[in-house]
Amino acid sequence: MSSVDLTEQEPELYQARDPIHPKSIKGRFRRFKTSVLVLAYAIFFLLPWVRWERVVGPNQAVMFDIPTRRYYLFDLVIHPQDMFLLAGFLILAAWLLFFVTGMVGRAFCGYFCFQTLWTDVFMKVEQWIQGDRNKRMKLEKQRWNAEKIIKKGATVLVWTLIAFWTGFTFTAYWADAPHLFVSFFTGTAASAAYMTTGILSITTLVAAGFAREQVCIYMCPYARFQAVMFDKETLLVSYDAQRGEGAQGRKPLQKGLMTLEERHASGTGDCIDCTLCVQVCPTGIDIRDGLQLACISCGLCIDACDEIMTKRGWPTGLIRYASEQELETGKKPSLLKFRTIGYGLATLLASALLIYGVLTIKPLDFSIQQIRQPLFVVMSDGSVQNNYELKINNKEQYALELELTVQGLSNAHIAIGGNFTTLDIPPDETRNYLIHIRAPRESGVSRQLITFKLTDKTGHLPVTESTTSFNFK
Amino acid sequence: MSQSPENKKGQVETTGHVWDGDLREYNNPLPRWWLWGFYGTIIFAIVYWILYPAWPYADTYTKGVATVSFQTPVLDKEGKPVKAADGTVEMQTKTEHWNSRALFYQEMQTSPSALAQQEWLAKVKDMSFEQIAANPDTLNFANAMGHALFGDHCAACHGTGGQGVLSMNPEASYPNLTDNAWIHGGDYAKIVQDMTNGIQGNMPAFGALFKGEKLTDLAQYVLSLSHQPGVNEEAANRGKASFATCAGCHGANGMGNQMIGAPNLTDKIWDFVDVPGAPTIEGKLKLVEGVIDHGLQHQMPKFADRLTPEQIRLLAVYVRQLGGT
Repeated sequence: MSSVDLTEQEPELYQARDPIHPKSIKGRFRRFKTSVLVLAYAIFFLLPWVRWERVVGPNQAVMFDIPTRRYYLFDLVIHPQDMFLLAGFLILAAWLLFFVTGMVGRAFCGYFCFQTLWTDVFMKVEQWIQGDRNKRMKLEKQRWNAEKIIKKGATVLVWTLIAFWTGFTFTAYWADAPHLFVSFFTGTAASAAYMTTGILSITTLVAAGFAREQVCIYMCPYARFQAVMFDKETLLVSYDAQRGEGAQGRKPLQKGLMTLEERHASGTGDCIDCTLCVQVCPTGIDIRDGLQLACISCGLCIDACDEIMTKRGWPTGLIRYASEQELETGKKPSLLKFRTIGYGLATLLASALLIYGVLTIKPLDFSIQQIRQPLFVVMSDGSVQNNYELKINNKEQYALELELTVQGLSNAHIAIGGNFTTLDIPPDETRNYLIHIRAPRESGVSRQLITFKLTDKTGHLPVTESTTSFNFK
Repeated sequence: MSQSPENKKGQVETTGHVWDGDLREYNNPLPRWWLWGFYGTIIFAIVYWILYPAWPYADTYTKGVATVSFQTPVLDKEGKPVKAADGTVEMQTKTEHWNSRALFYQEMQTSPSALAQQEWLAKVKDMSFEQIAANPDTLNFANAMGHALFGDHCAACHGTGGQGVLSMNPEASYPNLTDNAWIHGGDYAKIVQDMTNGIQGNMPAFGALFKGEKLTDLAQYVLSLSHQPGVNEEAANRGKASFATCAGCHGANGMGNQMIGAPNLTDKIWDFVDVPGAPTIEGKLKLVEGVIDHGLQHQMPKFADRLTPEQIRLLAVYVRQLGGT
């Protein structure tokens, strides 16, 4: 049995990540990405501070209140009973994602995903403090001198501030924002607020500052199953290899290969191998290698290539949104394909159901349960009494004055525990009542169905009914 | 990122173990993050040992430095809680090493639901029974609290819903609290008094006084009071004279007397023998005769020692609501 000699050489315990320093680039995809970023940040960071007047509940436009189990979305208040709407929303989001992916590839990854948005901002900070790609790469190789420590330290400091504010903003969705702000910095907020902010700050800092493209490549499940939604007609960020490589492959600009005519004559492709498309890529890949897992479809390489092509006065689109089929046969993708129609219909259906669900939220939950211990009681005059547990949940922002009546039982006497005649339910509250129904015994009848009716005296709501049974014996 | 199993020389380093002729075990280095994780668990364990009970030694164990504090009653030399003049139990803060029982006590005193309960208790403390019952929220609180207490202290005899037990055997019967007959009176003060002090329900045995025909005639009369079908009017008339003995408690007209807990015999409610459940008049007669012959001995224990006055008050509200008002 030979033992392993560990002294021979220190084995490598792990492979370190090579930091990627993308070059900044201008162009239409960059502009689109920036607009989405500004819009998304504006919504995310400002929404918790929008005030909204409510009769009952917090005066915050959007708030997810866990202790009272209410989700406040402007004038919509979601109660636990309506939580299926959340499931509906998630289903809609999934179908929409499939629909978009089937049509234009990983548009979510490249333009909307928070990993992409925050990484973008963190890279901007890096560029602002440390300079563009070349300077950053130089700094990376540099020894740890004062300049490197100051620049790297300043970057991490700004990142940390952004990450903290991100974490705090997220927390502000779950509590009254101004109040949280004060209590958070005076040390009196709930421990859950500190934990949430802390965890979100750390994960934001790590994911957007250090892990970056590794999140997309190793952690994200969506990156893994995206290919299932692709077909030959899906638009992808693609390198037109036929045009770029020609018969002889790509070659840099050199004497005799300066113009398109010269290059085409010698069979050389249009790609001048300037590698700008690689330099701008946030995940550090070469799009000319074809479709790959690490490509988040952000379109920055299109901007880069178009810039070069425009400079040379050559037609743009060497790298462009094109489907596999288009690159092979030149046939443009048709929108009316099975996947688009299928995912599209599913998206429409999910949206319709969600809208229907929101519009038909019941203003009042009303449950009446017959008490089964005892099922019936004989009273002193020989009549029979059944008891019921009535639970009324007023989900509206106004008070309800309800009247309870019973139908289907002759000579029924109705008594509400506490001798109430009107059931007053304050706005957004639940009340329980014990109901006693008494009726003379009927010979030969052991059980019959009776209907309880709740009538709103204020006239806000239609009459609600619930049928249950009355037992004579 | 995991490393390729092949080293730089293109050969795979193995542990040297070979199974089934060709199965070898790779000797790849651990990922560094895994090692960090492993060291992390060791640090975690050490911190845990310091904070919490961990190591057994001799006949005890290391207690750890983490503590839990909760309120506990001050006990006198006999181990009984010391009560202040107004009946409230004196409390003191107790700090124990971390243990789940202390955590439970703490949670029962300081968790949000415990605090909410205390808030409600404070709210109803100075309210009268009528005031509690007149507000849907306080009534609901009293009912919820009362239902829980009822389940713990009353349901063993009176049933989970207060329906009691009505049996052919008076010894095995317990009064139904959901009907509208109150043997001992149904106003709040009386209910509280009965719960606090308990009830001694006692009907003497009249077996020596009434025998044979006389006993049957009296039973016929008792059944005629509540208009039971099949009663022999003649026999009942004969038995009416004997009822004078019963009238001392049940009243001349058989309407009962709540002061001494004598049930009303003229209503349709039977508390101790299941007369409606007997299919024939003979069966019904036999049940009533049995009660007259042997009498009834029923006790309800006093709850003053087990429940606080406030708990009894809330329980009274709940019991009062069971059958409606």
